[in-house]
Amino acid sequence: MEKIIQAQGLYKTFPRKGGAAPTATHYCPGCDHGVLHKLIGEAMAELGLQDRAVVISPVGCSVFAYYYFDAGNVQVAHGRAAAVATGISRVRDDAVIVSYQGDGDLASIGLNETMQAANRGEKIAVFFVNNTVYGMTGGQMAPTTLVGEKTETTPLGRDPRYAGYPLHMAELVNQLRAPVYVARVSFADVGRIRKARQAVRKALEIQRDGKGYAFVECLMACPTNLKLDAAGASRFIIDQMEKEFPPGVLRDRSAEAEAFARPGADYARETIENIYHLAEDHAPDAEHDPAAPTHAVKIAGFGGQGVLSMGILLARAGCAAGKNVSWYPSYGPEQRGGTANCGVVISGVKVGSPVIARPTVLVAMNRPSLEKFLGDVVDGWLVLYDAAMGEMPGREGVKMLAVPAHEIAEGAGSARATNTAMLGVMAGLAGFGIDEKFYLDAIARNFAAKPKLVPVNEAVFAAGKAWAQAHA
Amino acid sequence: MSSESATPKPYPEINTLECKACGRCILACPKKVLEKGTQLNERGYVFTVYKGEGCIGCASCFYACPEPNALSVHIPQK
Repeated sequence: MEKIIQAQGLYKTFPRKGGAAPTATHYCPGCDHGVLHKLIGEAMAELGLQDRAVVISPVGCSVFAYYYFDAGNVQVAHGRAAAVATGISRVRDDAVIVSYQGDGDLASIGLNETMQAANRGEKIAVFFVNNTVYGMTGGQMAPTTLVGEKTETTPLGRDPRYAGYPLHMAELVNQLRAPVYVARVSFADVGRIRKARQAVRKALEIQRDGKGYAFVECLMACPTNLKLDAAGASRFIIDQMEKEFPPGVLRDRSAEAEAFARPGADYARETIENIYHLAEDHAPDAEHDPAAPTHAVKIAGFGGQGVLSMGILLARAGCAAGKNVSWYPSYGPEQRGGTANCGVVISGVKVGSPVIARPTVLVAMNRPSLEKFLGDVVDGWLVLYDAAMGEMPGREGVKMLAVPAHEIAEGAGSARATNTAMLGVMAGLAGFGIDEKFYLDAIARNFAAKPKLVPVNEAVFAAGKAWAQAHA
Repeated sequence: MSSESATPKPYPEINTLECKACGRCILACPKKVLEKGTQLNERGYVFTVYKGEGCIGCASCFYACPEPNALSVHIPQK
C-alpha cells in the first residue's frame, strides 16, 4: 500500500492544447501559474466540486487555463470575468465559480466590474495573480508594478509621478461590506505555498457552501519577463513584493456568513407577460399589402409639447390596424425644453429604415421645427403647424394648414391635449388608411393608467377630426 | 529508492519528459535529496533527478513544482 501525492482536478493530458507537448502546460519553466493550478485542482477534487465548478479563464498567460482544469470552463474577454461569473451564477445558482485572473486583466481593464461584483458579494472565488507585470504581451507595466521596477514600458523604473503607485487590490476589496473572505498569499517558497493552499481551499469551501465572494491575491514572480531564476524569483517576492503587498488574511467571515439563498428567478412566460402586460397590450401581426401607400410622418416641436407621444399614439393606431409601423424619436438629453421630434412610418410592407428624410406629412408644433423640416416634405403632401406661431409663409407644392390646436383642445375639454387635437386633425386629413376605431383604441391604451383622461382625449380627438373635415 | 532496506521508504517520482528544469523542487526540498541532472530530456531540458535516498515524503517538491505531470511523491502506508 502506498499513497501517491499527485496532481488532482486537472486533466492527465491536455488535448485542447495539442501541439508537440500535449502533456505539459504552455507555461514557462518555473512559472507559478502551474503551482496555483495544482492547488485549485486539488481543492476542487478533494472537496468534490468538479461537477459544480466553472473555471473562468481570463486574457493573459492563463488564457488557456481551460486546457487544464477538469471542470466546467469558460474563456472570457479581457477583464470581463466578473461580469461573466455574475451571469453564470445567476442562471446556475449551484455553480462553484472560479475566476482566475491576472493583474492586467483584473486590476486594470477589469477593475470596475471586479469592484462591482465584490460589492454585490457575488458567489465567486477570485484568484488574482499579481506578478507585477503583463506577462503574455511581453513584460509591460501592470497596475501592480512596484515603484522603481523596470518593465518594457517603464525602462527607467516605475515613476509614481508619471505612473502612480502599485494598486493594492486585496485592501481595495476589503473596503467593501459584502466579501466573505479576503486574503493575500505568497508563492515565494514551499512554506508560503502551503499557506496559499489553505487560502485556496477556504475560498472554495465558501463557494461550496454558497456563502459569497472570496478574493485571494497571489503574489508570484514572472521568471521570464523579470529575468529571474527560481531562487531569484523567490527573493524578488520576499524582499520586494511582500514589502509592498503584505501577505495575510485580511478578512474571514466564513464561519458566520450564511448561504446566499437568492430567491429563484421566475422566467415563466406567464409571469413575463403579466409584468409587461403582454396579454392585453399587443398588436396583431402586420398584414403584407404592397399596394398600400407608405406614409412617413415627421412630428416636431419643443420637448414637453407631446410630439413624441403624438407619434406613439399614431404608431399604436397603425399597429392595431395591422400596418407595419416604426416610431423613431430624436431628442436631446434634457427632459423638457429642448427640441424633439419623431418619425412614424406606416406601411403595407416591412419598414426598412425608421429614419425619415422626406416626410409625406409634417406636423410642426413650433416655428424652428417648421423651418427646419418644411423643405423636406414630399411635393403634393401636407404640412400642419400650430396656429399659435401665426400665419407662416407657404411652400409651393405642399398643402399647409395653420391648426388652432390649443383652441380645439380647450373647446373639447382639455387645453393640455393639443397633441391629441393635432392627431385628430391629422387623422381627418391624411387618415393613413387607419380606421377611427384604431385611433380610439390607441388613446384608450395610452391612457390606461389614467382612465379619466380617456374620454377627454377621445373628445379632443373627435374635435380635431371635425375641424379637419371643415377645413379639408 | 533505496534497495538496502526491507521497509519501503517514500520517494519522489520524476517524470523526466515533463520536467522543465526550473529547479524549484530542488530549492523546496528540506533534505536536499534532489539535484539537477546531467541528461537532456527530449524537450531539451536538463531534468531534475532524485539522489536515490533520504526522501521523507513531505511533498514539498510536489507543491513547489509548477508542472502538473512532472512530479509525484510516493508514501508507503502500513
